[in-house]
Amino acid sequence: MVSAKFPLKLHQVLVRRRGKTVIGPVDLELGPQGATMILGPNGSGKTTLLRVMHGIERISSGSVQWEDDDPAKHAFVFQSPVVLRRTVAQNLAYPLELLKLPKLTVKTSVAEWLGRIGLQGKADMSATRLSGGERQKLAIARALIRKPDVLFLDEPCANLDGHATREIEAILQEATAAGTRLVMATHDMGQARRLAHDLVFMLNGKIHETGGADSIFECPKTKELTAFLNGDIVV
Amino acid sequence: MKKLMVTAAAVLWSQCAMADEMRLAVTTSFDNSGLSEVLLPAIKADLDIDLQLLVVGTGQALKLGEAGDVDAVLVHSKAAEDTFVAAGHGTHRREIMYNDFVLIGPKADGADTANATSAADAFARVASAEAAFVSRGDDSGTHKAELGIWSSAGLEVGGFGPWYHAVGAGMGAALNTAAGLDAYIFADRASWLNFGNKSGLALTYSGDPALFNQYAFLPVDPAKNGNIRNDLAMKLEDWLTSPRAADLINGYEINGEPLFVFNAVAQ
Amino acid sequence: MIDILEGLKAAFWLVVSFDAELWEISLRSLRVTLTALVIASLIAIPLGTYLAVQRFRYRRFIISLINALMGLPPVVIGLIVYILLSRSGPFGVLNLLFTPTAMIIAQVIIITPVIASIAHQAMRELWAEYHDLLISLNTTKWQRIVTLIRDGRRNLLTAALAGFGRAIGEVGAIMIVGGNIDHVTRVLTTAIALETGKGDFALALGLGFVLIGIAIVVNLAIHTLSRTEREGRW
Repeated sequence: MVSAKFPLKLHQVLVRRRGKTVIGPVDLELGPQGATMILGPNGSGKTTLLRVMHGIERISSGSVQWEDDDPAKHAFVFQSPVVLRRTVAQNLAYPLELLKLPKLTVKTSVAEWLGRIGLQGKADMSATRLSGGERQKLAIARALIRKPDVLFLDEPCANLDGHATREIEAILQEATAAGTRLVMATHDMGQARRLAHDLVFMLNGKIHETGGADSIFECPKTKELTAFLNGDIVV
Repeated sequence: MKKLMVTAAAVLWSQCAMADEMRLAVTTSFDNSGLSEVLLPAIKADLDIDLQLLVVGTGQALKLGEAGDVDAVLVHSKAAEDTFVAAGHGTHRREIMYNDFVLIGPKADGADTANATSAADAFARVASAEAAFVSRGDDSGTHKAELGIWSSAGLEVGGFGPWYHAVGAGMGAALNTAAGLDAYIFADRASWLNFGNKSGLALTYSGDPALFNQYAFLPVDPAKNGNIRNDLAMKLEDWLTSPRAADLINGYEINGEPLFVFNAVAQ
Repeated sequence: MIDILEGLKAAFWLVVSFDAELWEISLRSLRVTLTALVIASLIAIPLGTYLAVQRFRYRRFIISLINALMGLPPVVIGLIVYILLSRSGPFGVLNLLFTPTAMIIAQVIIITPVIASIAHQAMRELWAEYHDLLISLNTTKWQRIVTLIRDGRRNLLTAALAGFGRAIGEVGAIMIVGGNIDHVTRVLTTAIALETGKGDFALALGLGFVLIGIAIVVNLAIHTLSRTEREGRW
């Protein structure tokens, strides 16, 4: 579903912590469609950029402007999945309960998503006993259950095995197809290639290059991106 | 409507009339004697008063009276009582009964107090033998009486060596400490007779009129606040000075020995 | 040694013979302490949780203050409450002195810092875990507090039980504000103090063992009711 909330404009955004510049200055404009991958080596500022866009990171200067913002329509998935100390089903129900939705609606949505992520059998199990991959699937389902307009993901598969990664990417492809805007950070090139409609390449806290997925992978403009796509260590 | 009001008033009045509670601050030595267990039921039966006893040291009892938190005080320290009345905290002082103080010590009686000629002499013997001595040290009636004996023997408590232990506790606790230290201790006869942990201690000296321990009843001045039941205090005073109380008090014995001597005079 | 055996015997006979006085003071002990516990928890748990989630200027100072208050001798608190409730004091008109209510007030003041401190510690850890998620989900302050209390209830129970332990064994403050009046404000701890003072060690110990027994039963009952062992998250 296309939203009137986009475009998102970041103008000269600077984030400084303890006297050091973490990211910035950053200028970026995100349109309303598709899946944007933020690619870059570790420490390049991907996480901070994502958190700034979502609104949970304080900026030192500059501006973050949505066309029309409703914070309840964003969702965020963290690199290390955060689960509530409750059952799997209760975890899924939580965001809906916050919205004070009627019990029947909650029950139906929870059942639907449990099925989608394949955890129906573990609905009443304590979520803290799930494996890493299962937790991340739960976190993504919990993020998507509120039908957000945009989903931010911070390297969700960084700590997962190939099997779990594949399952998660499938869920994300479905979400994109259903119209949810995806903005995801990753340092995994293969993942970027698989999922991106457009790419943002970050280096040392700044945006180094941007472009559509079809062109940028074949013809990167900067030598740093070329080197990165080659598998070299880029500093 | 008027009938309703009268009925309501009668109900409320009877509720008040049923709740005749009086608070009396008494000393630990009085409570330890066990006499209250004889007197309280009789008071309830004869006067329909629920007498609530706050068992504290003499100092604290008088302090509660001063604050107006109790309706009357029963203690045994004439000097402090006179000050209490003079300062306007109590309406008057009424003597009820007396028992005596005794000197308790180790059975061996190393300071030979059994042969003392007077209470002051007995104390002097303890001091010169530097025998272990436990004092209440808590500003109670018993403590003040003890200090009085030391000064009548011309001795200054402040200059005593480590053989003198001021424990700052009630009679029972102090007796326990004396039993543990095998020390001399100044106590009221009632507490001694009632004490359950005598071990190596025995009564070594008694009988000197200076060891006279007078208990007095002091009603608290009702002008202090609206809650003081001076009416009940007066009723209790009349009862405590009546022949009925005289019988109960004189008849109270421990192991066949009477403890108190009733000496209230009619007014 | 003989005294301890005598004490155990005394405890046994008191309980088995359903001694009326023992029942009376035990029930009063429980009534005073449990009431104080409920009131103190209603204050301390939201307070501890709020201090964990909200940053404000004097926050660190208040947390240090609460931790320091835990070290206040209960007797001192008893004296202060006595002075306040005395007929010659500011709240004398309430006529609360020497009643179980006065004892409850004193105990609430004593155990609230204990419960608040432990609750705050538990909630702080949980908040660190939930922080990013709850902010990301756009929760209100109130929703955060409710979520933390709900998910941290096991640790909050520990905090409450710590308060219970402190209160059931307390004697200094309630002796002063209650007066240890027979049939009115006498409870297990003050009765133990009284019997000790009289030299009746066996009875005092007996009452002491009954007190310990009650504390154990209460703790066990609460743990069983909340099934802390079974869920594996103990």
